[in-house]
Amino acid sequence: MTTTVESPPDTAKAPERSASSLVDAVFRAREISIAGALALLILGTYLANPRFLSDQGIKDLLLNASILVLLAVGQSAVVVTRNIDLSVGSVVGLSAFACGKFVAGSDHGVLTVMLLGIAIGVVCGLVSGALVSFGKVPALVVTLGMLYIIQGVDYWWAQGEQISASDVPEAVLGLGSGSVLGIPYLPLIALVLLAATAYFMRSYRSGRELYAIGSSPEAARLAGIPIRRRVLAAYAFSGAVAGFAGALWLARFGTVVADNAHGWELTVVSAVVVGGVAITGGTGTVWGAALGALLLTTIGSVLVVLKVDSFWQGAITGALLLLAISVDRIVNLRMTAALRKRNARHDHGA
Amino acid sequence: MNQSAPDPVPVLALKGVSKSFGAVRALQDVSLMLLPGEAHALAGENGAGKSTLIKALAGVHRPDGGEVLLDGEPVVFHGPADARDAGIAVIYQEPTLFPDLSVAENIFMGRQPRRSLGRIDRKAVHDTTAALMRRLGVDLAPDRPARGLSIADQQIVEIAKALSFDARVLIMDEPTAALTGSETSRLFSVVRTLRSEGAAVLFISHRLDEIFALCQRVTTLRDGRWISSEPLEGLTEDDLVRRMVGRDLDDLYPKQDAEVGEVALSVHRLTREGVFRDVSFDVRRGEIVALAGLVGAGRTEVAQAVFGVDRADAGEVKVAGTVLRPGSPTAAMDAGLALVPEDRRQRGLVMDMSIERNIGLTGLGEVRRRGLVSRALEHDRAADWAVRLQLKYSRLADTVGVLSGGNQQKVVLAKWLATGPAVLIVDEPTRGIDVGTKAEVHRLLSSLAADGLAVLMISSDLPEVIGMADRVLVMHEGRLVAEIPRGSATEESVMAAATGRSERAAA
Repeated sequence: MTTTVESPPDTAKAPERSASSLVDAVFRAREISIAGALALLILGTYLANPRFLSDQGIKDLLLNASILVLLAVGQSAVVVTRNIDLSVGSVVGLSAFACGKFVAGSDHGVLTVMLLGIAIGVVCGLVSGALVSFGKVPALVVTLGMLYIIQGVDYWWAQGEQISASDVPEAVLGLGSGSVLGIPYLPLIALVLLAATAYFMRSYRSGRELYAIGSSPEAARLAGIPIRRRVLAAYAFSGAVAGFAGALWLARFGTVVADNAHGWELTVVSAVVVGGVAITGGTGTVWGAALGALLLTTIGSVLVVLKVDSFWQGAITGALLLLAISVDRIVNLRMTAALRKRNARHDHGA
Repeated sequence: MNQSAPDPVPVLALKGVSKSFGAVRALQDVSLMLLPGEAHALAGENGAGKSTLIKALAGVHRPDGGEVLLDGEPVVFHGPADARDAGIAVIYQEPTLFPDLSVAENIFMGRQPRRSLGRIDRKAVHDTTAALMRRLGVDLAPDRPARGLSIADQQIVEIAKALSFDARVLIMDEPTAALTGSETSRLFSVVRTLRSEGAAVLFISHRLDEIFALCQRVTTLRDGRWISSEPLEGLTEDDLVRRMVGRDLDDLYPKQDAEVGEVALSVHRLTREGVFRDVSFDVRRGEIVALAGLVGAGRTEVAQAVFGVDRADAGEVKVAGTVLRPGSPTAAMDAGLALVPEDRRQRGLVMDMSIERNIGLTGLGEVRRRGLVSRALEHDRAADWAVRLQLKYSRLADTVGVLSGGNQQKVVLAKWLATGPAVLIVDEPTRGIDVGTKAEVHRLLSSLAADGLAVLMISSDLPEVIGMADRVLVMHEGRLVAEIPRGSATEESVMAAATGRSERAAA
């Protein structure tokens, strides 16, 4: 106000700057509000039952969340491209069982087992990805088909057999139960993968191109983005993460049956959407998806601590999902309208 | 072509290129040479094949025949990325942006400047974008998301994208359609700079004065065929129009005089926030009223709000004196309104369904027998309309996808005329259909009006607007800015109002 000479350019810039900060605020708001809800939930439960935040309680919480967080990270890469991978639950099951078979009564190293899990996942992801990207079959159908096929293979192979912890080498089990500085390995692994993926999706061309594909496939095509290769890679990544998660599942639980992680795909998709990755692609971060996964896991643990029937967990997840999607939709409409009105004013000024 | 002058090697050229889409031959044996340092205009009516030609140059379409020459050597572009890497920048008519991404990301997607370890250099992306915007003289924040940008601003982003790599060939498909006068002149000065640096420019515009202001040479297409390539110097606008049209205008626009009756459709102060505002007009029985304006002026949106597809924020629509329930296409149909939408493939037709079923969709209630839809009645009804509209088809049970664009449009018209409407709204009724069918559609609209139908026609095709309308309503940036009677409607007067130049005089 004091420098009247400079005020014209300032007023001209004002709507632009506030428009971009508005959008920033909305996205940050999503992650902050989930983190806030999570904090409230943990605090409330702690007040009701202080043992919830004992060393063991925290450790359990982190361990439980790790595999879901991993899967959410993989799923996010697919969902931002406006696709979906429903086969991840089955891939975890198959990978866990295959790894169990592989190590049973042998002394294979931890690394070999992990690589085997990842390889199984990559193969599954590549099949889904090829059908979606090159075959142009809708992702929902392809991955639903893969879900049942992989499950079928798993059941047929297992024939009711079970792999028990006593068959699994100590080294492998150590990965699931060991820790550094009191923090278990699993959450650390999840965190490293999460941070690396987040950085990749933010700072690399191919990462940004995944968002571009989800935001507007037509524009992506005209921009010369190799859409099919990118989508294929997203599926391979999601599969690899699921396969890895299967191997970690073996390390964590030791006991493996054919229907491990049965139905997890829907939990993963819920986590991703609750975490702010739009199911229509183009927006959201893996950090948000990981927070969503953490929130859903925590709700599950809280219900156990508060001795609430576990079937409520499904209903609460569902309600959260609807809430998240409704909020997305409303925010989206509001934001478009706000940006549009800003423009109208801006144009009249110009 | 001029063989005497020792022409430099064209940067980019087409030699005898053909391209078909199914039965539609979009391009037939077309040649074109773009010389360094020269701005080349591409002239032709809507549907002449200009956009297809551009897409062949841009690597979006691969030609069926003929070749694309880069620096005199034949090349095959396997995709838009190949053309881009060859230094060809394209600004499309309809901006194609990533709504969720920022302006800067939109500009640099797929070729962001990188720093160590292949990471995107965000600061460089941001700063280069800011510099581009300064060069274009616009105030558009690089961090702003593309969602919600006005058409003009979206076009600016497309232009900035084209400028962001040192293009040797700049192709612009009606880049000025949504721009204001000052934005256009700024764009032109940037283009002139590029040209003086040796870039070749291909320019498409329906504004002939812009072609003459910017270009040195012109190639004319008509119905997908090459008509001429010549220097613009010495040509007049009339010469160009004659090459583009190539036929008597009267045949194409057979407007009969009709008796104008009472008001059939009355729109009063209709407003949709941020899209259009305070739109009022009447359409009387027997009248054809054209709604003209530039792309993005809000014409289609007005039609959608009148029909109830979109909800208006304020204002009312009356059909034959009764106020229409807002936001309900069913109510609009019951009141006798019909809307033939702009995009027939997406909104006008169910492409995988048969001709008869498509026509039947609007009247499922009429073809019922004991509560079930009777296929025989549906067939008879469709057959009746197919004959009346001279539809060219082999069997009514064929899917509409196999028909040509013009015949598809007739199916959409049949579908709506079968409801026996009192008011027919047609949105771009002849976009992308061949000339023969175009004249038939015009004759049909004219005779429908003569029979007492009220017709509201949205069209970007100026000769069509001038040739068919009893009155021309012109929209500019969401407002109705002019009403021009048939007698004084010319391309110039409509265009002036549509670009906001004569806003005060006309209002």
